[in-house]
Amino acid sequence: MSTESLRIVWIYPDLLSTYGDRGNALILARRAQLRGMPVEVLEVRSDQRLPATADIYLIGGGEDGPQALGAQRLIADGGLHRAVAQGSVVFGVCAGYQLLGTSFFAKGTRCTGLELLDISSDRGPARAVGELAGEVDPRLGIPYLTGFENHGGRTHLGPGVSPLARVTAGVGNDGTTEGAWRGKLLGTYSHGPALARNPALADLLLRWATGVHQLPPLDDTWADRLRSERRTAVAAAARA
Amino acid sequence: MPLRAKVASSVSRTAAALSRAAGRGDGSVIGGWIGLKIDPDLLAHLSTGRAIALVSGTNGKTTTTRLTTAAVGVLGRVATNSFGANMPTGHTSALAKAGSTPYAVLEVDEHYLAQVLEATEPHVVALLNLSRDQLDRAKEVAMMAQLWRAALVRHTDVRVVANADDPMVVWAATPPADPAQGHVPPHVTWFSAGQRWHDDSWVCPECGSTIQRSGEQWWCTGCPLRRPQPQWTVEDDGVLDPTGAWHKVQLQLPGKVNLGNAATALAVAAEFGVRPVDAVSRLGSVTSVAGRYAQVDRDGRNIRLLLAKNPASWLEAFDMADVAPTLLSINARDPDGMDTSWLFDVDFSPLGGRQVLITGDRAYDLAVRLDVNGVPFQHVRTFDDAVRAVPPGRLEVIANYTAFQDIRAELDRVN
Repeated sequence: MSTESLRIVWIYPDLLSTYGDRGNALILARRAQLRGMPVEVLEVRSDQRLPATADIYLIGGGEDGPQALGAQRLIADGGLHRAVAQGSVVFGVCAGYQLLGTSFFAKGTRCTGLELLDISSDRGPARAVGELAGEVDPRLGIPYLTGFENHGGRTHLGPGVSPLARVTAGVGNDGTTEGAWRGKLLGTYSHGPALARNPALADLLLRWATGVHQLPPLDDTWADRLRSERRTAVAAAARA
Repeated sequence: MPLRAKVASSVSRTAAALSRAAGRGDGSVIGGWIGLKIDPDLLAHLSTGRAIALVSGTNGKTTTTRLTTAAVGVLGRVATNSFGANMPTGHTSALAKAGSTPYAVLEVDEHYLAQVLEATEPHVVALLNLSRDQLDRAKEVAMMAQLWRAALVRHTDVRVVANADDPMVVWAATPPADPAQGHVPPHVTWFSAGQRWHDDSWVCPECGSTIQRSGEQWWCTGCPLRRPQPQWTVEDDGVLDPTGAWHKVQLQLPGKVNLGNAATALAVAAEFGVRPVDAVSRLGSVTSVAGRYAQVDRDGRNIRLLLAKNPASWLEAFDMADVAPTLLSINARDPDGMDTSWLFDVDFSPLGGRQVLITGDRAYDLAVRLDVNGVPFQHVRTFDDAVRAVPPGRLEVIANYTAFQDIRAELDRVN
């Protein structure tokens, strides 16, 4: 960790917060606090400088206009690139995932991304709206991914990244793979409070940020019930 | 009215009556659906000869419509879609059922405002607020504001009553005038109803700059868009009218948000020539609105129903609710939207210290949210279990749309 407390930055909530994105910051903070770690959550608006010294950076979803504006401002700011060079963790969701790549489409034009992940995004034939599920890359050591997606993008993965998961329900990147990761950077189409349904993913980000390999377990009774309820619902919808 | 419209109107009324008699519903949609099949222009025909007010926005439209109907009632009979059936089928049913009335006050789903403006040629349109709601299928907020703005450009003769506290509404209500097209800016009367929810208006819809807030004021840092001076405001437990006169408002509906709705109703009625002093006492006759705010006594518990469909309305519900045992119920069926992500846009900490029970199809989503919020809760399977789990006295029930209807059905479809 950079300082005596875990610093979490929520990037541009004024632009990129459409679907309960705040949840990811709240969940990481809660899970760290329950393990006795002091936590500081900073919300950095798009008219403010991005501190380069935080441990975890969160980028949420947004409409086309704010997504393009957010990418421009992050490129101009440079803080996120410096943070990544120093080994910080980045978690991008939906529009925030796309803008970590080399390019994405917004308002009908190709926009330059942050080039932190070897991915590029364009438009799919139809909007992907609904439950998203997948088997996570075994190297990450976490159970299946469950979430809700709502996006019109299709994302192509280059050799510099690995897919986060193999899709079992929904679309994700392209109907086959979902999300991407490299080092301590991870992105997903599971939008909004993605960590609410995936506490093991939250703990993975915390382990990356702290360098602690084993975190004390927490009582995840309700999250586990939610996960199995969603898994049952997805299976039932597939049979119907 | 043309013959085809007369037939369509009559068939529409009959179908609605049959639907009610068969116990299939309150008949507020089916009648209009059949009528519009026979005469697609039926809504326009039924609107002719009536002075009409439309009420639209994300939240508060059903209640504001009811309050406005009471206020305009000073002048004569008012047709209204009082069951919350707020799309053109519902408007058609309501007008057909009411027969000939000099006035109509219609609640309009925000997605249908342009279409209903076109069909009904109203005298007044009230624009309440715009915030995120059912994002898996609804238009995003800025797009919604753009649709309203485009519709108002085409109807510059309509008088607009709009919320000065919501930047999205202010922008929508002030489309640019185009003298070459004969367009003049619409006449707008501004009200201030307060706004607890700000998270959909940090970015200026006009220029993309940041919107700053200080107290009740807000302004864009990059263009001239700013809060207009409201003519109607809420002060203490009353409403200040444009002349500076203060009217005490005694509502049977809870919360500051309903005082704001009362101010809006008085402002809309004033556009028809109703003096607030004549209308204000009528607002107290509104007790509950399609089950919202209804109170039912059961097994020694006084159960009060509050509907909360999206983050902004949850914040208002917490403000309205008494500090008492509270049941929260969440579904994610089609009318609710299938996505529960918005739960994380709501801060549930105001419920800390109250006995909290949860139920509904998506109770586990709520459980995870409350856990993160550090709010203790108890999960119950049925509404009866919830009633049994609390001591005699007040039980507040806060539920989203279909969850609310489920509980209302348990209470014999209380109105």
